[in-house]
Amino acid sequence: MYVVIVGAGEVGSTIAAGLAGTHEVAVIDIDGQRVEQLMYETDVLGVEGDGADIETLEDANIRKADILIASTDDDETNIVTCGTANTVTDVFTISRVKSAKFLRTWQHSERAFGVDHMVATNLLTAETISRVVGMPAAQDVDTFADGVVQMAEFEIPADSPIAGQTVREADRYESLTFAALIRKDDVVIPTGETELCPGDDVVVIGSPESVQTFASEIAPAIDGVRNVLVVGGSDIGYHTARLLQDRGLTPRLIERDHDRARELAEELPKTTVLESDATDREFLEREHVEDVDIVVAALDNDEKNLLASLLAKRLGAERAVAVVDSGEYVKLFEAVGIDVAVNPREATAEEITRFTREQHAENIAIIESDRAEVLEIEIDSDSELVDRPIRESVRDLPEGVVIGAITRDGDLVIPRGDTVIERGDHVVVFVDTDVLEAASNKL
Amino acid sequence: MSVRVDWRQSVAFTGTVIKYLAFAMLIPLAVSVVYGEDIVTFLASIGITVAVGIALERLDDDTQLGPREALLLVALAWAAVAIIGSIPYLIAGYNTESTLRYPINALFESTSGFTTTGATVLGEISLDRHSHAILMWRQLTQWLGGMGIIVLMVAILPEAAVNGAQLIDSEAPGPELQKLTPKIAETARLLWLFYLGFTLLLVALLLGLHYAGLAPNMNVYNAIAHGFSTLPTGGFSPQAESIGAFSPAVQWVVIPFILVAGTNFALFFFLLRDEFAAVFEDREFQAYIGANAGLAVILWGLLFSGSAPQLAIGGVTEGAMENALRQATFQVASLLNSTGYATSNFAQWDQTAKAVLLFAMFVGGSAGSTGGGVKIVRWLVVLKGIRRQLFTTAHPSAVKPVRLGGRVVDEDVVQAIYGFTLLYFLLLGLATVLLSLDAGRVGLELTVFEALSASLATIGNIGPGFGFLGPFGSYLAFPSTSKLLMIFLMWIGRLEIIPVFVIFTGAFWNE
Repeated sequence: MYVVIVGAGEVGSTIAAGLAGTHEVAVIDIDGQRVEQLMYETDVLGVEGDGADIETLEDANIRKADILIASTDDDETNIVTCGTANTVTDVFTISRVKSAKFLRTWQHSERAFGVDHMVATNLLTAETISRVVGMPAAQDVDTFADGVVQMAEFEIPADSPIAGQTVREADRYESLTFAALIRKDDVVIPTGETELCPGDDVVVIGSPESVQTFASEIAPAIDGVRNVLVVGGSDIGYHTARLLQDRGLTPRLIERDHDRARELAEELPKTTVLESDATDREFLEREHVEDVDIVVAALDNDEKNLLASLLAKRLGAERAVAVVDSGEYVKLFEAVGIDVAVNPREATAEEITRFTREQHAENIAIIESDRAEVLEIEIDSDSELVDRPIRESVRDLPEGVVIGAITRDGDLVIPRGDTVIERGDHVVVFVDTDVLEAASNKL
Repeated sequence: MSVRVDWRQSVAFTGTVIKYLAFAMLIPLAVSVVYGEDIVTFLASIGITVAVGIALERLDDDTQLGPREALLLVALAWAAVAIIGSIPYLIAGYNTESTLRYPINALFESTSGFTTTGATVLGEISLDRHSHAILMWRQLTQWLGGMGIIVLMVAILPEAAVNGAQLIDSEAPGPELQKLTPKIAETARLLWLFYLGFTLLLVALLLGLHYAGLAPNMNVYNAIAHGFSTLPTGGFSPQAESIGAFSPAVQWVVIPFILVAGTNFALFFFLLRDEFAAVFEDREFQAYIGANAGLAVILWGLLFSGSAPQLAIGGVTEGAMENALRQATFQVASLLNSTGYATSNFAQWDQTAKAVLLFAMFVGGSAGSTGGGVKIVRWLVVLKGIRRQLFTTAHPSAVKPVRLGGRVVDEDVVQAIYGFTLLYFLLLGLATVLLSLDAGRVGLELTVFEALSASLATIGNIGPGFGFLGPFGSYLAFPSTSKLLMIFLMWIGRLEIIPVFVIFTGAFWNE
């Protein structure tokens, strides 16, 4: 496939690096130095220029392209770039936007602005946070097959009742599959005898109810979340509060800027907006931060997020979720006491990767900084799985692939050894990144 | 360019308004021709009106009004039409026994008419004592004042449309101007069209009842006269017994029109555009209907269980299902939005029932309606503001906008509403004291309750009060000084205090 990426910022470069191995990639950026640097680091064609200029696009050979990804930092530029490309070719266009207002317009009318797919980063991040808040023990939660299937990743706490049990002992749930364990940095595909150690991350796939039950089993201390404190009225903070209040919660949101606080208070009727500095200890004590179940740090700066989360936890907040803009900090944040670090770029990459898969995946979740992926695939007649019982077909699949759940006509089917997968079924599979290529071809 | 207020402009424009008032006098002139009485009165009145109007108009020929001139114009115009409106009363009353032969009484009656108050100083309301034409003029003043003479000017005069938004904002009831169309003249025209439409519909229905035999005394004259005073929430009637003079069928028909008069007219615009949600989700409308229904049900229960004696007007309500419901609904609707019609002498009811009515008088109509009083929307904002105050006392850093049905109310508007409400009650209290003192000076027997009701009925443009100021009573007994005070209250009450008070401040006249 031939992919043109406009914007060689962090997101653009990450996507380019991810795709360069298997696809032809051209990268356009207005900054000549950045283009040059990227060309040395990654095997891509670099073009210096304005992506919204048709001549620049022609230089990147847009007529040959299958996909155009506009991922500059400027929403309007991205949208105009997609529109411009559409004047000469019917390339599939993906635009990254920060503001959700363009997404709303785009959702109203198919292919508005000449954009085939729109990825709203801030909204995606907020959605991820709101899922994590809904299941506080989980580090990552994703839904598949229109919400029929849920995937969640949990870290097993030392005092968990299932710590030390084998998978066979722990798996008491009809509709739940233990897809994988992530131990240290390795992906372990569990068998019935695999022991669950404290500190392991376990990835489960199943019905939302069973995942929820499992979540309360694994960490009984963390019950339903009621009291949420969002720190920072950034766009991500705003969307997080909005999604939470839509779920019936009454979150509190701290914003230090007077005008922004007023604006947020006007937009969020069910949220209590507090105008203060989140690192003001006295203020946090006065607002009884010790009763907070989960604090979400969504300030516009990673360091401040770290500080605010740690302070809130020190004052007694139960759990902390922080937005981390730089991908390399995710591990570090989680090491020093942040329970879940959410990286906006990861959410964006998940979305964009969906469309660059050779085998078109319906949905995708990236586990632990791309150590593994969970894919939702619609089965066609070319698949190895079709019309065979799973027991037989898994022998032809590479090591590191686990079939987590199947949906047939919107209903959940629990995969057993003798389940026969039919054409049109949606299969949610866990795939180790090492065998992704091999697996993709067979599924 | 001078920053000072160019009062000549405002006065000249007031002249234009007066000139157009002469056209309105053609209606009573027509009535006088039909009945053959007071023809000279109205011919003379028209002559004087046109002369005064043209004379004032000559003061300045620049019609480009500035914002401060516009404020001055509104206050002046309302004072001027009230004065001009008293001319027919004076001429007709000359050399007769009419109480309106005295200028202060005539001015009181005229102000009460234009401001849609409905308080009267007539000694005897009867077509035997006054001509059909004079009593029709009394009705017509209410109709002109209801939707607003300035709104009407903006609707018909292109030169008034230049600063139309400012003009209408100072005149129209409610905290904020609601523009329905891009052009303000179009909005003004629409408002008057709705107003005219509802008036014609009411007149037609009343006549229909008459010809169907359900309302023997509701003849063409009475139908038009009551059409003129229902939609502006006026309350005048050429009948001494008000709506009580007519059959229950008439009373039931009038009730929904009283309710319409107290509704924000912008809502009918939304209805016309099929935006039903905008109407039924409007908080003020919900509260308005809720307050009417709630108070009516309470009063119904009270009247049914014997809160009212048997009355000559109003009849027996104890144990009488339909009559108790009708009296309760009518009186609540009429006093809540400041109309002032009556079908029962509620001044004779017991204290509990009167307390319900007094509560209704404090509520007021909706913003953008023809009703008076504090207005529902202001109450809602004040109550929500108090709730916010309590919340922020517990959480000092909380930022909480005041919301009305999902929409955020601007902080400036909240402040203005606090200011207005405070001023309203301050004046109400002050006027109560002054009326009591003045009554004591001349030896008039006036209880504090009556004084309060008089001051509430005039500043809120309601009309009837309690005691001897009841629905079939008269304000005639007050001394002239008290009447002047009440004329002032009606004037500032109609324009919602602030736009009038501002012209008495130094800051208004200086740079």
